[in-house]
Amino acid sequence: MKSTWFSSLGLGLATVATAAILGAAPAKAKTDLLVYTAVEADELKKFKTAFEKDNPDVNIKWVRDSTGIITSKLLAEKENPKADIVWGVAATSLLLLADYDYFQGYAPKGLDKLSKKYYDTTNTPPLWVGQRAWIASVCFNTVEGEKYKLPIPATWEDLTKPVYKGHVIMPNPNSSGTGFLDVSSWIQIQGEDKAWKYMDALHKNIARYTHSGSKPCKLAAKGEIAIGISFAYRGAKSKNEGAPLEVIAPSEGVGWDLESFAIVKNTKNLKAAQALADWSVSKTAQEIYNEEYAVVAMPGIAKPVKNFPVGIEDKMIKNDFKWAAANRIRILDEWRKRYDGKSEPK
Amino acid sequence: MRDAAVAQAPRITPKVSSEDWIMRAVLVGIALYLTVSILLPLYAILSKSFKNADGLFVGLANYVNFFSTPALFWSIENSLTVTLICCVIVVTLAFIYAYALTRTCIPFKSLFKGVALLPILMPSLLPAIALVYLFGNQGIIKDWLFGYEIYGPIGIVMGECFYVFPHVLTIMLIAMANSDARLYEASDALGASKIKTFFTVTLPSVRYGLVSAFFVCFTLVITDFGVPKVVGGKYNVLATDIYKQVVGRQDFEMGAVVSMVLLLPALFAFAADRIVQRRQVALLSARAVPYQPKKNRVVDTAMLAFCCLIGLILVSILGMACFASFAKFWPYDLSLSLKHYNFDLMDGGSWNAYWNSIELAAWTAVIGTAMVFTGAYLVEKSKGFHSGRAAMQLLCMIPMAVPGLVLGLAYVFFFNAPNNPLGFLYHTMPILVICTVTHFYTVAHLTAATALKQLDGEFESVSQSLKVPFYKTFFRITVPVCMPAILDISMYLFVNAMTTVSAVVFLYSPDTALASVAILNMDDAGDVAPAAAMGMMIVGTAAAVRLVHAGLTRGILARTQAWRKR
Repeated sequence: MKSTWFSSLGLGLATVATAAILGAAPAKAKTDLLVYTAVEADELKKFKTAFEKDNPDVNIKWVRDSTGIITSKLLAEKENPKADIVWGVAATSLLLLADYDYFQGYAPKGLDKLSKKYYDTTNTPPLWVGQRAWIASVCFNTVEGEKYKLPIPATWEDLTKPVYKGHVIMPNPNSSGTGFLDVSSWIQIQGEDKAWKYMDALHKNIARYTHSGSKPCKLAAKGEIAIGISFAYRGAKSKNEGAPLEVIAPSEGVGWDLESFAIVKNTKNLKAAQALADWSVSKTAQEIYNEEYAVVAMPGIAKPVKNFPVGIEDKMIKNDFKWAAANRIRILDEWRKRYDGKSEPK
Repeated sequence: MRDAAVAQAPRITPKVSSEDWIMRAVLVGIALYLTVSILLPLYAILSKSFKNADGLFVGLANYVNFFSTPALFWSIENSLTVTLICCVIVVTLAFIYAYALTRTCIPFKSLFKGVALLPILMPSLLPAIALVYLFGNQGIIKDWLFGYEIYGPIGIVMGECFYVFPHVLTIMLIAMANSDARLYEASDALGASKIKTFFTVTLPSVRYGLVSAFFVCFTLVITDFGVPKVVGGKYNVLATDIYKQVVGRQDFEMGAVVSMVLLLPALFAFAADRIVQRRQVALLSARAVPYQPKKNRVVDTAMLAFCCLIGLILVSILGMACFASFAKFWPYDLSLSLKHYNFDLMDGGSWNAYWNSIELAAWTAVIGTAMVFTGAYLVEKSKGFHSGRAAMQLLCMIPMAVPGLVLGLAYVFFFNAPNNPLGFLYHTMPILVICTVTHFYTVAHLTAATALKQLDGEFESVSQSLKVPFYKTFFRITVPVCMPAILDISMYLFVNAMTTVSAVVFLYSPDTALASVAILNMDDAGDVAPAAAMGMMIVGTAAAVRLVHAGLTRGILARTQAWRKR
């Protein structure tokens, strides 16, 4: 019981503070809202505090894990869903879950203020609504780069040059949403045949594939590898922490996915879930999204984020989520057949 | 003798007393528990491997798919390769180490033994993380690999060797302890050389121990998931494949297939080991004289050097992990700081996870010990009901053969099925306790059974003729006499509950996140230093509990076991 006690201490303090501001303790019991999310742990506290300040009768309970694990958790529970709302999870994953009739449509108040390309427009009301974009980028360790005399790459094509052999790490698309987003974007940019040829060439330079999408950049930050294919937020964050990194958005265009939310069908806490949905498209929420991410769903909000690659929004490809979700398994199988086999002899 | 006498007497059907019925009811209760916690989940995962994503029966289609995908079936070869290499290395090293500890006159034997048992206190993820700091691209002794990469088979073999060494050593020590000095005297008297004695006396006397060590090593390595997860690189093995199928691709059916493929070699090794162990029993004779090593300067010096080397390697791997957890920003800023211990800001980890682990370990130790010991008592000491006791005996053996990952995944399929009345357990602390108790049931049961076998059946007969209820005998005689074994079991369960990853990785929920899983998740997210820090917390806790256990054992031995000495 100690654990629950400890965690409730922190939450309790926030609650007490809120109650004090309102001047009276709420008489009725709070609704516990079970929110499944892939948003990184250090950000969750601030979202919870901000939301509960506006909605004192709701108590958010996070279920946090990486995109892959959260998605498989949700799938494992598909006969008997536990979550009330899925929040801050890749749109590609939500589309996959929508196939199992997992969600119920809802148009949050203020939806019309969002950019149309960032939410589900095929269904009305939309099944899922995007919050902010997480965008592929390349993390380049300048110290290691100098040590091995590596030029700073500017394009995806650059990464296939022989000079980078053994100096590049990328996430395995079979286990990482970021990895899939890279592969899917290369196919969408250059067409399938060229993209596979590109990946064949890139594979020769790859030191290894990681299970998670943020690890390549964290490895690059520590100099464990010179170049990590990862995403911009991670790169900017590591750089802010003092890592000798250059965060690059290759010029051909970068893949991206949306942190999005969707309300689970037949949730017992529909009101609270809708309250979170409404809050999530509000200007307050969008401004908090912008603290760490440069591209958010509401136009005109985003201010530049420190150490984010400049002009990254213009490099975002035209991403066809439907196509990506529909072709995901086929692409993953093909990828696995080509690159995930027996390790090559040295 | 007593049994023989009974057999010759005219056959009388013993009356089944109400006490016997109580004992049988409890025995059946524990057997039911094991059925629900291991047999049914195994059935659930087996049937899942024959179904498609929509739950329709597809026969062997998933298996055909597995064996026609090179990326998948190559992992079998990879797994077997690294496992066999590990077994050869570890069994050889542990044999020499055990030889040094039992058959030579080197100093500091208890210190060397303590150092060798260190790896038991940590999850296998931790040595793997330490290897990255030692041999990774920024590793301090990277050059020692002559340009080879730690990520891949080399890293897996090194990490696994470290991880299984204490387990194999324990078996070797027991095997070596049971040797008969008279054979050495005879060999000496017949003028055999030292080397000849080694090959004709020493080796044959420990051959069963060697075989057993080999199989235990094989099972542990092939089913371990922590080491290949961290340093596996491009080298796929079965254990990481299950995780990748389920977590990465959400392909539960293929995960079930790979689980079944992994279950086979583990089952085989386990069965082979049981058969070999059965033959060992006849080897020991009551007249054996314990062997007393004689001084031999050359052998002793060489063995001391060997033990120092192995001890140094073990300590330095732990030391590296410890340093890594304190270094501020490896490798660019090596000043010491506690910032990596601030788990609440890390992905996948928090201090809650640490407290949860303690809670899990405590429950597992308490409930597990009570259940295992009671179960073993009823199997060993209750009367009649042979079929039930034999069935229970068999049930107790199954958990050992089931890899943790397979067990965990089986629990997901079984307990989260919508029509399962036990579904309310899913995502709770109790399911983690059930899973962990079951996962480590076999070894605990064997320990209890061994201790109980040493206890004469007369105790029960005498108390029965004095009309003392069996539970009184149990609590006033059996439990106190077996106290050392009971403490060993609770210690074993506690430490394993702290360090296990494989079975619980599919089962934890946000409220029941665990320290060992936090290591995995933090390493996965790239927060390697905090992962090492959490690992150090586990090592520290397990070591502290071990010390308490040692103190308790000493005190209790003095109080309750005085009768053993004359």
